Amino acid sequence: MSLFITAGYPDLDSTVDLILGFEKNGADIIELGMPFSDPLADGPTIQYASNVAISNGITMKKIFDMVKEVRKSSEIPIILMGYINPVFRYGVEKFCSDAEESGVDGLIIPDAPLEESSIISDAAAKHGLEMIYLVAPNSTDVRMRSVDEKSSGFVYCVSVTGVTGARSGDEVARSVQKFIERVKTNVTRNPKLVGFGIKSHEDASLIARDLDGFIVGSALIDTVRKSYPNKGWKESVFQFVKELKYGNI
Amino acid sequence: MKYTAPNKKGYFGKYGGKFVPEILIPALEELEEAYAESEKDPLFQKEYHDLLREYVGRPTKLTYANRLTEHYGRAKIYFKREDLCHTGAHKINNAIGQLLLARNMGKSRIIAETGAGQHGVATATACAKFGFECVIYMGAEDMERQKLNVDRMRLLGAEVRSVESGSQTLKDATNEAIRDWVTNVENTFYIIGSVVGPHPYPMMTRNFHRVIGEETKDQIKHEEGKLPDYLIACVGGGSNAIGFFYPFIEDENVKMIGIEAAGLGADTDQTAATLTIGTPGILHGSMSYLLHDQEGQIQLAHSISAGLDYPGIGPEHAYLNDTKRVHYYGITDRQAMDAVKLISEKEGIIPAIETAHAFAYLETLMPLTQRDEVVVVNCSGRGDKDMGTISEWFGKVPS
Ligand SMILES: Cc1ncc(COP(=O)(O)O)c(C=O)c1O
Repeated sequence: MSLFITAGYPDLDSTVDLILGFEKNGADIIELGMPFSDPLADGPTIQYASNVAISNGITMKKIFDMVKEVRKSSEIPIILMGYINPVFRYGVEKFCSDAEESGVDGLIIPDAPLEESSIISDAAAKHGLEMIYLVAPNSTDVRMRSVDEKSSGFVYCVSVTGVTGARSGDEVARSVQKFIERVKTNVTRNPKLVGFGIKSHEDASLIARDLDGFIVGSALIDTVRKSYPNKGWKESVFQFVKELKYGNI
Repeated sequence: MKYTAPNKKGYFGKYGGKFVPEILIPALEELEEAYAESEKDPLFQKEYHDLLREYVGRPTKLTYANRLTEHYGRAKIYFKREDLCHTGAHKINNAIGQLLLARNMGKSRIIAETGAGQHGVATATACAKFGFECVIYMGAEDMERQKLNVDRMRLLGAEVRSVESGSQTLKDATNEAIRDWVTNVENTFYIIGSVVGPHPYPMMTRNFHRVIGEETKDQIKHEEGKLPDYLIACVGGGSNAIGFFYPFIEDENVKMIGIEAAGLGADTDQTAATLTIGTPGILHGSMSYLLHDQEGQIQLAHSISAGLDYPGIGPEHAYLNDTKRVHYYGITDRQAMDAVKLISEKEGIIPAIETAHAFAYLETLMPLTQRDEVVVVNCSGRGDKDMGTISEWFGKVPS
């Protein structure tokens, strides 16, 4: 199970605690979102979290500091996920070098598809960062194979054509079966994780049962949004994480 | 020198490209193919050019501005009259072209973003003419300041969706349009309104507007027996400017000037002068110049004109700026509004506030010109839509 959380959301101080708590409660991978002012592949939830994080004063340097802090006590794989412009502005080479130094394991840059991957792939390789590319339901078989070829770490399987955001389990399950079959045939080198629209253990068991794992983002952020800053908000978020992983036990 | 940009990957020098989520890659490939076919297809070309002639009203006139010429007492000034296009601005050249493509590709639903509302009106018009479902995204602030165009779009049968995020202007409308496209990519065609976005949009939109420059070239040769010395156009995303410039790019003696909106001044934070003070970056699918902070967060632009109020610029303009083939300057809100008044009084033409930015540069340029030279300004649109803003600016009585 991979969990996405926007760095600096809901506040700058909680991100490290959240990551460590996610790990304790069942997360195997952390996708740490690098906020961008204009997240055009994201729905309202992640747009909101990004805006809050930016008003909280998040910077690339603070994100690297958060990763360093996590690394004092945890080896959980951390993937930075975000749009190319903040990375480009920071300087691609410096970004990859600082990421490596802080203990980042890989990158997902949704708006740098294979066509544009050369903007960052060499620097990432030089600094030992995995590059995770995406496949979508409308990707051709040939495309899926090239994505598999270029990816390292895992392949991110976008379950629905659309922006990020929690959806009804039925909606995802209905459209996803044929796609999963094609993914299984064409993506053979890398582990396959499915994301977009998953909001419960039941969704995940249904959608990801034939794959290597699943990714939850918007539903997690919605849970934070509902409980923050009430007393004990972190505990209720961690309870949600536990249920995502193991179901209602 | 032969000008061949963009290359196969959609790059103008180092600008352009296809920085989009995976979901849009198949759509862009399909579009590239359909566009390439349409360029070679005589039936498509005939239908497009017939519509430009019989529906849009092309060729648009080249008007000699005699009183303005007298006013400055230097080079002769002509206006290329895109304001005479059906719907009141150049935008419809492109909207019609892209709509024909959408129809040929079997798409049933059209979406577009709009700032000033001129592209929205042009798209809604084309959709009405061809019977397509049409959704227009427009920033809430722009809906307020371009109210007339909102009413026009609705009358034409389009659904106008108000965008409340960010600066509530063109940038945010574009974000929402892209999100819609990502969600409905199977049946939806996104008609982008300027030479921005991922490849092939900047190239395709330029080519649908190059008729502006082609006509100008013929008309000015006929009038003056030579090519112009200067071309001036306003630049938001840059579609009217590139359509006007492109056919002259290899004519090295023709000097070309693009005018950005400087808002309250390029040295303030209330500006949209992307090339003047921006740096390279990636927004809305392509690499170009941007207004963004040290962290790469996009800054809110400001201009009194909704159509120029955008923190980016088309990648081809970034390239032409770097190569110095075109020179770009900023014009403030105040300078533009002075030009609205001057052009109205001297030539009987009320220009759009976007367009007035180009006219305002005559104040700087004209004293440097000679009597035997010729300046052509692209009059990209008419100002009816701006009467609210204009009245307010001049305190109700424009005197
Ligand atoms: C009359 C007019 N001119 C210019 C523009 C700016 O767009 P572009 O730079 O793409 O020509 C607009 C945009 O709305 C417009 O309405």
